[in-house]
Amino acid sequence: MHIFRFSRKTLGIPYALFLLLFVVSPLIVLFYYAFTNGEGQFTIANFTGFFTDPNTMGTLCYSFAIALVTTLVCLLIAYPVAYILAKSHLKKKSVLVMLFIMPMWINFSLRITALKEILTLIEGNLAYYPFLNAVCGMTYDFLPFMILPLYNTISKLDDSLIEAAKDLGANDRAAFFKITLPLSVPGIVSGVSMVFLPAMTNYVVLDMLYNSTYIMGSLIGSYFAAYNWHGGSMIALILLAIICAFTLLRRGMEDDDQTIGGALL
Amino acid sequence: MIKRFSALFIVLVLIFMYAPILILMAYSFTSATTIGAIRGFSLHNYVTLFTTPDLRNMIFGTVLLALVSATLATILGTMGAIGAFYSSRKVDSFISTMNQIPVVNADVVTGFSICILLVVVFGVSKDTFIPLVVGHVTLCAPFVYLSVVPKLKQMDPSIYEAALDLGATPSVALRKIVIPQIASGIVSGFALAVTLSLDDYFVATYTKPATFDTISTYVVNATKGAQTTIKTALWALSTVIFVVVILVVAIANLRADREEEGASA
Repeated sequence: MHIFRFSRKTLGIPYALFLLLFVVSPLIVLFYYAFTNGEGQFTIANFTGFFTDPNTMGTLCYSFAIALVTTLVCLLIAYPVAYILAKSHLKKKSVLVMLFIMPMWINFSLRITALKEILTLIEGNLAYYPFLNAVCGMTYDFLPFMILPLYNTISKLDDSLIEAAKDLGANDRAAFFKITLPLSVPGIVSGVSMVFLPAMTNYVVLDMLYNSTYIMGSLIGSYFAAYNWHGGSMIALILLAIICAFTLLRRGMEDDDQTIGGALL
Repeated sequence: MIKRFSALFIVLVLIFMYAPILILMAYSFTSATTIGAIRGFSLHNYVTLFTTPDLRNMIFGTVLLALVSATLATILGTMGAIGAFYSSRKVDSFISTMNQIPVVNADVVTGFSICILLVVVFGVSKDTFIPLVVGHVTLCAPFVYLSVVPKLKQMDPSIYEAALDLGATPSVALRKIVIPQIASGIVSGFALAVTLSLDDYFVATYTKPATFDTISTYVVNATKGAQTTIKTALWALSTVIFVVVILVVAIANLRADREEEGASA
């Protein structure tokens, strides 16, 4: 009688189709556009063009520099914060943790506007320190995304390991560097991957702070504005390659529930 | 000594995170047009915010878009999670891998690739809002999926089987047994989807109709322009959003506290 037998498995079909259509096929199209020219002929000119043009290579280096410095600054601020929060025994600790996470839920463009006003007040003219402003803006924007995974990892650490280390004669310092720090690597890795990539691509932060130097994201933006789908696709593809490299690096360094998405939940 | 030092550090980081937005909030209640200028109390920013049709449409549109895309993303993501969870290991890991792509991908790449697929290849007009909604659902659904999957894993499978043994059809058992047990994951997935959509700039900018603006795209364009009335009205918008976020967080925390008390009593 039943032509369509209900089963729990079939519930997944719409989503699987959705992912194939709007996640996988856009990437295939991206690949096609990156390696063709306006006439639809195969070409590697976009690829070689990117790696031989000093301008685009400069952009790649500048993005890496901004992302690297931002990630380091975020890590240097976020690790102590996460550590102090995780180890504190305050009664209202959850409120304090919430304060550090809450900026995530305020629209980032409004937060950057606020930062811009303050930086203008302090520096007089934003044009004097473009690199500093960019790093400052990125740090301001992404800090909660570094604190959250670190806090999750450190607060789950087993205190008895540190006690054991101390019983065996380690001082505070040795216990931290030999036990706590190595065990918090998964949190560091997922925090870094949540900050590094956005810092390479979020060109709006730079735009809003009047830093007119291009980063990788700005290239896509300018190709988009010029309707150059082929050039834009190549940049997107290069970014994808960097993302893939990151994902492969991260594999095995973190446990199952510490994926990027898991850290957000 | 160490305790005092860590308290100081925490306070300094909190000042970095909140000072800009709090100062902006204070200035939104004055007639000043730049931070630092001292002017009298005024509500004109709030009057402008709620009476300018442009601003009103933009806020209303952003919220509507967030609710629509989050709802679609929640339905798709939840169905996908249930389907994948009960499928064979191969299918499950296939869907999970595809699901991970938008999570790790840069928003710029996601937005650009969906724009190319729908607008350039399929010729869908941006004015239909289809690319925009598809883009936001793609952005949000994977996070719903990721917040539902852990709840499915925690579930006791024998209850579902017991329901079937007692005569429930699979669809009834799904509604009465599975859905209630994963409800908290669905709700937090929905909340996350709403915040992701509200915060998004990049997907929107590549897929939105030219005449439509979300809060992010509007603010970014406004900072490039020199219209002071709009600029200061956005300070008022920051204040409103900040207050709303605090209220939502406080209510969610109070409810969680009450549930905890109820559980321990």
